[in-house]
Amino acid sequence: MVTGYGRLEQTVRVWLPVGFFLVVALFPFYWMTITSIKPDSELYNRHLMPLLVHNPTLKHYIDLLTQTHFLLWTWNTMLVAIVSTGISLVLGVMLAYPLARMRFAGAGLIAMTVAAIYLVPQPLLFIPLADVINRLDLGNTLTAVILTYPTMLVPFCAWLLLGYFKTVPKELEEAARIDGASRLQTMRRIFLPLCTPGFISAGIFAFTLSQNEFLYALIFLTRSSVRTVPVGVIAELIRGDVFYWGQLMAGALLGSIPVAIIYSFFVEHYVAGLTSGSVKG
Amino acid sequence: MAIRLEEFVGIAPRRRRPFTLGEWVDRGTVFSWLMMAPPILFILAFVGYPFCYGIFLSLEDRPVAHAGTFIGIGNFIKEAHDPVFWQVVRNTFVYTGVATLLKMVGGLGLALAMNQDFKFKNIIRALLLLPFIVPTVLSTVAWMWMLDPAFSVVNRLLIGIGVSPPGPSWLGNPALAMFSIIMINTWRGLPFYGITLLAGLQTVPPELYEAATIDGASGWHRFRFVTLPLLKPIILIVTLFSVIFTFADFQLVYVLTHGGPNNATNLFATYAFDLSMGAGQLGLGASVALAMLPALGLLIVALTLYMRKS
Repeated sequence: MVTGYGRLEQTVRVWLPVGFFLVVALFPFYWMTITSIKPDSELYNRHLMPLLVHNPTLKHYIDLLTQTHFLLWTWNTMLVAIVSTGISLVLGVMLAYPLARMRFAGAGLIAMTVAAIYLVPQPLLFIPLADVINRLDLGNTLTAVILTYPTMLVPFCAWLLLGYFKTVPKELEEAARIDGASRLQTMRRIFLPLCTPGFISAGIFAFTLSQNEFLYALIFLTRSSVRTVPVGVIAELIRGDVFYWGQLMAGALLGSIPVAIIYSFFVEHYVAGLTSGSVKG
Repeated sequence: MAIRLEEFVGIAPRRRRPFTLGEWVDRGTVFSWLMMAPPILFILAFVGYPFCYGIFLSLEDRPVAHAGTFIGIGNFIKEAHDPVFWQVVRNTFVYTGVATLLKMVGGLGLALAMNQDFKFKNIIRALLLLPFIVPTVLSTVAWMWMLDPAFSVVNRLLIGIGVSPPGPSWLGNPALAMFSIIMINTWRGLPFYGITLLAGLQTVPPELYEAATIDGASGWHRFRFVTLPLLKPIILIVTLFSVIFTFADFQLVYVLTHGGPNNATNLFATYAFDLSMGAGQLGLGASVALAMLPALGLLIVALTLYMRKS
């Protein structure tokens, strides 16, 4: 690309729009952070400059960790996210591998159905699912969400992995078959180890989606000790009309950190998954 | 001595090999279906069954914790006479339409701005995606605080530049509440558009721009006649995605306004939630949720077919 702009023109063409998008995207996080370290006397004082912290304090964090079940919610959220991501990756592979590699009647139809189910949003299913969970007597257990999150994650992982699997060359598997390996051996020993980048993309996405899930957790988990972070924060830090803004912002920030850390390590995989999952299909 | 037919044509009689389970499993079709059986059974149990059961529920008068009575399309008739339902329909279409348009235009702007050469590009791209990856409920709580009636930082900044205090009631006024949820949905979804479109932009071969420039095309014409046509498939897919998930949005509205004030921001999902989990009318709630199906089904089929084609 030709970059023949002058310095000023470069600044205007690049940094003006990019700076604007950055400020808009990041301001809520800045606001979250400074709110969480302001003492109440500053939060509710209209005469102070709001964008700066005058007397930083960790009080909200200490209150959040000692007076609520926040640590337990974090543990629940991580446990649910990791287990349901694991289940979804395994089931997703079982669905995607035959669709990517075998020729059999009905393969096209199943692939289409998987894509369609991936697009079904939770609000369409939550009422009957709530009844199913009740009848299975799973209300207020983490099993309820560990079983229901994969309803959106399995089709999603399968779809993303299907796209990835098709980009992996077949020659190694063919060689293994000629050497007498069974299909299962070929898949497990030869094929799957080649697909680590695909698993990382699908895994991060599934993990992020689980951390983001709210509706099922809100309905199925009503006891404080089994709640996940989003539900706990909404249900217990907002009591009636009283908002504990310092604690709320501390909780929102701490709740975002696990996703942000994982994302920062694998940002390239994330972007690759984002663009291939939706664009290449 | 007669020549046996098999020897004559050169095929040895097929020897019956002992039939083993391992071989049967190793056949392509058998292997495929055995492999796919667990995920398919799972999906049938937790998506297929609830879906059908939801249709059944929508035809029942079913108070929570009671047995239901079959009332045919009674719930749907009730909805047709319910002004709140029609308001919900309008709200959902306005919310989806405006937010999608803003995300599309803004996302294109973001992609074009990012498709230039400058420093720290990868870090900036990662930062710009943050609104999209942080759990929605948590970032929405931050927005709620930013729009707080008494201590809104937005209003304090507006007052700082001369707006008369106390400033707009962002979540308390019906029109402004709709505006606010649209803006926050846009804030969250725009990076998805932007980064996906950026990936699309990067696949446009530079020679095309050079050729267009040699032919005398201006910046706008290069965008209009080179960039846009090449981006069209991606824009279409991203838009369909976004429309489907905005149409059925729940979290953002539930946290920010609970559908209020006075149902001004109530959407299909939040209204179905109110009726079923709030008022305990599972049948009526299920029928409101199912009312999303015609529009949603059409979009899903369109997107599935389009993805299959491309």
